[in-house]
Amino acid sequence: MIEIIDRTDTAAVTNRMKLEFAAISDNESFARMAVTAFITPLNPTLEELSDVKTAVSEAVTNAIIHGYENRGDMNDIVMMDCVLRGDVLEVEIIDQGVGMENVKLAMEPLYTSRPELDRSGMGFSFMEAFMDQLEVHSDVDCGTSVKMYKKIGTSPWVGSED
Amino acid sequence: MDEFKVIDNYLMIRLPDEIDHHKSVDISSKADRYILSKQVGNVVFDFERTTFMDSSGIGIILGRYKKISCFGGKVYAVNADNRIRRILMMSGLQNIVEIMD
Repeated sequence: MIEIIDRTDTAAVTNRMKLEFAAISDNESFARMAVTAFITPLNPTLEELSDVKTAVSEAVTNAIIHGYENRGDMNDIVMMDCVLRGDVLEVEIIDQGVGMENVKLAMEPLYTSRPELDRSGMGFSFMEAFMDQLEVHSDVDCGTSVKMYKKIGTSPWVGSED
Repeated sequence: MDEFKVIDNYLMIRLPDEIDHHKSVDISSKADRYILSKQVGNVVFDFERTTFMDSSGIGIILGRYKKISCFGGKVYAVNADNRIRRILMMSGLQNIVEIMD
């Protein structure tokens, strides 16, 4: 799922929003609310909103509890960088935490590095399922960046589910 | 706390509006205290109020399942909307949790 996107034919940036917040779990809902507010002008369906909220929630939670190991240090900052290119949302969650040695293993469904924490190991699987595309980069002791793409205004799941 | 109620051998948990990692820590530890102190065998998760859940919710259910299943206990999910059902299915929880209306 780590793909390189050819940007030569992507649409121009039409909006941008960048947030930095402390890596504490109270900010998981804050990040969801912020991204929801940011994409609301695109008239997303409820399904699309839920998809984006879930994916952002997973990525931010990973940054807080894995990247920064849930230390609660106010100097641990999670960055959320949102870009709109027409009706395509690009949202990148960046931390400068411990990073991952093996990204591929971390992305396996049900894999968790912290089984004692009641984690399900489904975070990356949900990000992949709910967004159109996912790129993960990580360096040990440098941090992790998770970039997700989703076109808003098309909802392939609606109808197939009900 | 009215989010947690013990009826016979069942612990009923009324889940909040949004279930994320922040909320899940509290729910899991409270549930475990009830399971231990009241010796309940089964757990019922009530999603009636819930409009958002990420994979932390899966962690809550799996963790409680592990605690009670070795004593023959069962886990139930009630009032889950389509979205939550889908998230449960994606994680393979339909094999562990009885999903009811």
